[in-house]
Parts: sequence; C-alpha cells; structure tokens
Amino acid sequence: MIDNNNKPVNRRGFLGSCSRFIAAGLGAISVFKFGGSLWGQENGQYNPAEHNYAMGIDVHKCIGCGRCADACKRENDVTREPYYFRTWVERYVIPSEGETVVDSPNGGIDGFPETVDKNDVLRTFFVPKLCNHCSNPPCVQVCPVGATFASRDGVVLVDEKYCVGCRYCIQACPYGARYFHPESKTADKCTFCYHRITKGLPPACVEVCPTHARVFGEIGQLSSPLRRFVRFNDLTVLKPWLNTKPKVYYAGADGEVR
Amino acid sequence: MNKLGIPGQIVPLAIIGVVVIAAFIAARMLFVPDTFGEYGHYRASAVEEIASQEIVYAGHEACNDCHDDIFETKQESKHRDVSCEACHGPAADHIEAPDEFTPTAPRGRGYCPLCHGYNPSRPSGFPQILPKTHNPGKACMTCHDPHSPVLPHAPEDCSACHRDIANVKQVSHHATLSCRTCHDVPDEHLIQPKFVRAEKPANRERCGQCHDRDSDSPREIPRINIETHGERNLCWECHYPHYPEVGK
Amino acid sequence: MENLVTTMAGNFGGITGYIYPNEYELHWQLLIVIYPYLTGLVAGAFILASLERLFRVNELQPVYRLSLLTALSFMIVAPLPLLAHLGHPERSFEMFLTPHVQSAMAMFGFVYGWYLMVVLLLEIWLDYRRDIVLFGREKKGISKYFYKFLSLGFSDISDKSLLFDDKLGRFITIIGIPSAFLLHGYVGFIFGSVKANPWWGSVLMPIVFLFSAIVSGIALMILVYMVSSLFRWKQMKMACLNKLAEFLIYAMIVDFSLELLDFIHRLYQSEESISILSDMISSRLFVSLIVTQILLGTILPLVSLISARFGKFPDELKRMLYFIAAILVQVGIFSTRWNVVIGGQLFSKSLRGLTFYKIELFGLEGLLITIALLILPLVILYVLVKVLPPWSDVVADQTQSQTQPN
Repeated sequence: MIDNNNKPVNRRGFLGSCSRFIAAGLGAISVFKFGGSLWGQENGQYNPAEHNYAMGIDVHKCIGCGRCADACKRENDVTREPYYFRTWVERYVIPSEGETVVDSPNGGIDGFPETVDKNDVLRTFFVPKLCNHCSNPPCVQVCPVGATFASRDGVVLVDEKYCVGCRYCIQACPYGARYFHPESKTADKCTFCYHRITKGLPPACVEVCPTHARVFGEIGQLSSPLRRFVRFNDLTVLKPWLNTKPKVYYAGADGEVR
Repeated sequence: MNKLGIPGQIVPLAIIGVVVIAAFIAARMLFVPDTFGEYGHYRASAVEEIASQEIVYAGHEACNDCHDDIFETKQESKHRDVSCEACHGPAADHIEAPDEFTPTAPRGRGYCPLCHGYNPSRPSGFPQILPKTHNPGKACMTCHDPHSPVLPHAPEDCSACHRDIANVKQVSHHATLSCRTCHDVPDEHLIQPKFVRAEKPANRERCGQCHDRDSDSPREIPRINIETHGERNLCWECHYPHYPEVGK
Repeated sequence: MENLVTTMAGNFGGITGYIYPNEYELHWQLLIVIYPYLTGLVAGAFILASLERLFRVNELQPVYRLSLLTALSFMIVAPLPLLAHLGHPERSFEMFLTPHVQSAMAMFGFVYGWYLMVVLLLEIWLDYRRDIVLFGREKKGISKYFYKFLSLGFSDISDKSLLFDDKLGRFITIIGIPSAFLLHGYVGFIFGSVKANPWWGSVLMPIVFLFSAIVSGIALMILVYMVSSLFRWKQMKMACLNKLAEFLIYAMIVDFSLELLDFIHRLYQSEESISILSDMISSRLFVSLIVTQILLGTILPLVSLISARFGKFPDELKRMLYFIAAILVQVGIFSTRWNVVIGGQLFSKSLRGLTFYKIELFGLEGLLITIALLILPLVILYVLVKVLPPWSDVVADQTQSQTQPN
C-alpha cells in the first residue's frame, strides 16, 4: 500500500518525473517565489516537484478534543455552521451487542457529550477524518473542467475561480470530505493547508493537535516525521477496496471505521 | 447538384459546420486561461493563488521568539507537545502587531475539559477528571499551571485516619491547604487521638487570614468583613470548610 | 441557502444513524431529477421515430415527424436544469474550453452538441426541407422570409434533390440511433460510474437508463399523439396507437426485467451496503419506489396495456386504457429518476445512517422552477408544430409521397 513512489497513477506520475527532470536541468528557474515573510523558507524558493505530502493519524493517541476541527475552520475561514468541515472527529462506540454507534456533534469542536451506557461498551475511540488526498482521486477524475486537480506535490486542490459548481466531485468522494461552499458557490475541501506547508509550516490541525495524533510529512524523505510513523506502525487506509490510494494513513484504526 | 457534383444541400450545411468549428477553435484560443495545462489538466496559477492564502496560526516556533521563558517551561513539562495556539487561539495577527492583537487565554473551567474531561472514548491513561465534581466553581488554573502542569498533590498528612474528610477536601477549594492551616494539631494527637484532640478554629481570625477583606491573600478568594459578617457565630458553624460552597 | 439550512435544522429528527457532517445538504436535487427525465424523453422519442424510418414500421408514420419535433423541444430544455443547478452557470462554457477527458460529465457538451446539431436538427431540416421551401414560396410577409431563412438559401426541390435528402436522412438516422443511445446511456454512466455510491455504481445503470428512456419516450408520444389529435378534431389512427402500445409493452418488459435483475443481483450479492440500502427502500423510498415506480408506474400500466392491446375491447375503451397507462408510465419513470438521483443521496456513504430530502417551493432548485421546466418543452413543441406542421394532411398529398420514398 505504501511505497516511496506513491505518486498518483499514470499521467501524473509521468508529469512528475518530467518536471523533476526539468527542475534538475534548469535549477535556477523556479515556479514559485514566496516573499521573505516571517515564515519564508531559507532559500525563499519552493519546488513542488520535490515534495509528495501525506498524513498519518494515530487513533490510539486521539483524545477527541476537536482542536483540529476548530483550528481548521479558523485557519481556512470555513463557515462555522455544523454542515461544513474540511476535517472532523468521529466517535465510535462499539457495544457488546448490536450496532456500532458513531457520532460527530459539530465535528467534535464542542466536545463529545456522554451519550452511551458505559457498562455496555466493548471498544470506543475517536477517529479524525479529512480529505485523503488520494493518489487515484475519484473527485479529480470526474471534474468536468479541470477545476480540481492533484498538484505536483501530491495535494488535491480546488481552483475556486474555475469551479463551475456542478458538485459531481462531492458525489464522487467516498469519504464525505468535500462540501459546497455556501458563499463561493464552489466545491471546497481540505488543502493540507497548502499555504502553510509550502512555507514549511505544518497544517493547522497538526499544529494544534496536543497529542501528536496527527503526523504530517513526506514518506519519501528520510528525515520526515511521517517516515518514522509509517515505518513503525501497522497502517490502514479508509475504504481500500475502492482503489483510491489514500495518502492519509491510519494507525490503529478499527475495522468498524469507514 | 452543382458543377462539382456535390448535392446542393451540403453547401449551406458545410458552411454552418465550418463556422461552428471555427468559432469553437477561436473560443478555445481566446478564453482558455494562460497557465491552463502547464502541469496537468488545471490552471497552474491556481496553485499559487491557493498557496498565497493568509496564515492564521503562526506556529509555536514563532511564539518562542518573544516568550522563550514560557516556551522553555512548557518544553520541560507534560504539555511540551501542546502548541501554544492550541489553547491561546490563532496568533499570526499578534505576531505581526503584538500590541494590537492579543491572543486569548481560556481562564475558565470550560476549556481544559475538552481534553481532560472524562470520556470513556479517550485512550486509557490519559489524565481525565469529572468536571462536575472536580472542584466545582474553581478555575483550573488555580491549582494547575497550564504551562507546567503537575498533578497537585493535596496534602494527605491526616488522611490515614481521616480518609473521608481528605476525600472531600481534595476536590474542594481548600484542596491545597494542609490540615494544619486551620487545625492546631498537638503531636500527642497522633499517639492518643481520643484523648488529645485536634481543635477546630476557636476564632474567626483563622478564616480571616485569607477571607477578610483586608487580607493579602490571592485575589480570587472570596472576601467578607469579619467584623460584621455572621454576627457572633464562628465561621464553621455555617460553612463546611472541607467542602466550602461559594457565594452561599 | 439559509432557508435550506434552517429547514434542515428544524428537521434533525429526520436523520437516523450517522451521516458524515458534509452530507447534511443534498447536493443534487430536483433539477437533477428532471434532467435525466428530459433527456430520456428525447432519446425515447427519437428512437421511436428512427424505428419508423429504418424498419419501415408504416403504422407509426403519423407520429414520425411529431416524434422528431417532440425530441427537439425536450432537447432544447434538457440543459436548462443543469445550468440552473450550477454554482456558477456563467462558467459552464469551460466544459467546452477545457473538457476533462476522464470526466463523464465533461463529455456532456459534446454529446449534446453532436446530437442536437448533427442528428436532430439535421434530420428535421432534411425531412422538412421540401415543406420549408414550399412555405417560403406560398407565405406572405415576414413568415415568407423566415421560411426562406430556414431553407438556408437552398431551394432545389427537384425529385433528384429530394431523393438525396432522403438518403442523407436515412444515413443520419443510422448514426442517430447509436447517438441517442449514447445521449442517454451516458447519463446513466454519470451515475453508474460513481464507485463511491453503492446505489449508483452499477454496470447496468446505462442500460436501465436507456430502456427506461425508450419507455418514457414511447409513452410520451402516445400522449402527444392523442392530445394533438383531440385538439385538431382528427380521428386517431388505431393501428398507430396499437403499434405504439405494442412497442411500449416490449420496452417495459425489457426495462422491468433489467431493473429486477439489478435488484436481485444486489440482494443476492449482499454486499456491505445492503443493510443500509434495505433500510432506505423500506422507509425513505417506500412510496416512490415500491408504490409509485413499481406498482403504479410499471405493473398497473403493463397490465392495462396488455389487456387493451390484446383483449377484445371497443376502441373507445382501448384509447382510454392507453391514455391512462401512458400517464402512469410517465409518473413511474419520473419516480425512477427520483429514486436514482435522490435515493443515491439519502443514505450516508458511511453506510451508517439515512438523511432526508425536503423539496423547496421557491428558489432555483425549487418546485416551481421544476414545474416550469417540465411545461416549457410542451410550449416549445406547440410553437414548433405551428412553424413546421408535422401533419401529413396539411401539405396535402405531396408529403405522403415524400415520407414514403422509393
């Protein structure tokens, strides 16, 4: 499931290698120039072709505080109504008999009120959810105009100025990670905080996670914390049978998680 | 049929067809965004636009630049993994203009239980309390320093015998006080508890040390005027000091 | 939007189990229900016309031109619900500028353009060319120039020229049938290819869509033919009606068998999603699927059609039964579209809960707009019929000889 060449399939992989070649040949030319702001990277340049981002989530460490969901809404100015989330936390309660109960009141931002009879609980845990930034993204496949795409650094993004708002991508996402932004009238979703990661900062949800339940980085880089995470954990991804090849890896996720 | 042997109806149809196709090609040349298709089937400049979004959470490294004392304390503590902005909220504005924007600090009882309130779904071993019974009414910060949280150990000097009192006291406002703050305990009491008694405060000044309006105790402690409050009764005749109720 | 949210907030009781937070809002609503309904009518009406032309089913001759005009008028309206539903209709032209070849939806513009321009308009033009030229000669005033314009400046109606019209028209009909299949099969593919959604993701979806399209198209033509004949005080041709009913019966049997196959296949495979889908069918979709689609929309009309077609009833009663059956079929096919589009969004992709859909009255996705969009094609059809009369008795005997060439 995980390998160092976990680049998106077919065309993107080819493009990736092409662009790496070009980047090597024309080293001086850079596509991006970020001003020398407070967070600017050392050399002031960022080359997307050198990166391939992913995230790890350790279910055993998540305490369900919902700070990630809260920080995400603040960082990305997401509507605070409880129907729009780029990331949210689910609570799973598996009773000794009967159906698994899942809830996510306001995405977990306001905490999880006790609702179940403690004596009947077999297993219970929290699972943070977000866009899986699939290597084989069904949302990108169905976009009729090319308004959503996988960037060269492996992040699935939405072009707010080009999206026609047909919502096919929302239907095609198996994870419920996309929503229709009520103001921009376009599809919207997690960007891995693209504006932060390209400047060397972690995504907001990772920044505020108090227990390091979320690990952000690159599998391809030996020094990345994510490399260690995928090295020492048994990992699963969500709905692997759909062959979306998610890049959000879960450690310790129960079989009930979907 | 015309001279070329092409059926006549083909001509207008062909003209329309050519016009439509030409218009289509022209539209594509005119309206397709410049950077479209540079790296894939999308507008390459969109990536730059998305990357230029404003940062709201500055990141804990940025806090370290000025608040290095607090940062270092925190780094030594159990909260070393908790980012400053996890509690204080986004602070990029504060870093750009420290005087204009001040981050918030959750001083009440509402915030800490988001992590530390008891919830069976949390991983076992994670420190949790029941907010309803854990020192109700008292701000968490009174006993716990969020930058260096240690479990405050309620003095347990008398709990070997007075476990019931100790249990109540340790979740009360008076949790951090030693029994001897209020009680005079002769050494002999430990040997012959039935014969040598530990006394209850015999005057109002004992409570007044902290609760008198003129006392120099911490601000959040409730004050009364011990000259006039409660007439001639001793404090503990109306209040139960091991589990004092606030404002009643 | 606010209206929607408050409606939902007031109806939290309507949600059972767990749905992903972003699933509170149904993303494809009424407009997307009528879109496949409309294109289905287009494809169905066209396929019916093609039957007459290609296989020389002479009984259907009275509805040949009427079917083409009906297909055209519904075709003109078909993209409107799509356009109205977009968050940014003004950007819709991007589908032509930068169509994403991997996206089924991106092909819409091209399939639609091909079908409208190359197939439907061309076939109608070729078929009406002689009439248009004659009108251009006979009429006075503005309408004279209008018909001159419609003739595209070509006025040769010699036998040789008309023969070529017919040959080309026949060729276009041959292209047209797969095109009509493509038009509606691809609408089915838009849903059938969504692997994230177990209710939609089925290889049978395009075929089921296609046959339900043929069913709805034939039923529509029965209605249009009967109503138009009534308005014109003309005797309906019973042979034509019987033939239509016959085709409708065959199409319905195939359609219903396919749907049953899909249903049994799902039930037998009993995949992960089966329990939430069963819950949905027995609660949220009970009325629209079991009652309206299957009982009222399929079984009842099928019984009445078969008994009317093959039973010994007076013509008056047969016509009545055909009419009722055709209306019931329309209701049934509309429910089919509803059950696919809305049904596919009533259960959570977490497969743990059901949500609900409340139709809005006003607003772009509301009931009023939907009704308007369903009436609009009939208005367009009325205008088209005025401009290009499809009746063989209007331009006298010449028409008769032209539509039955060779």
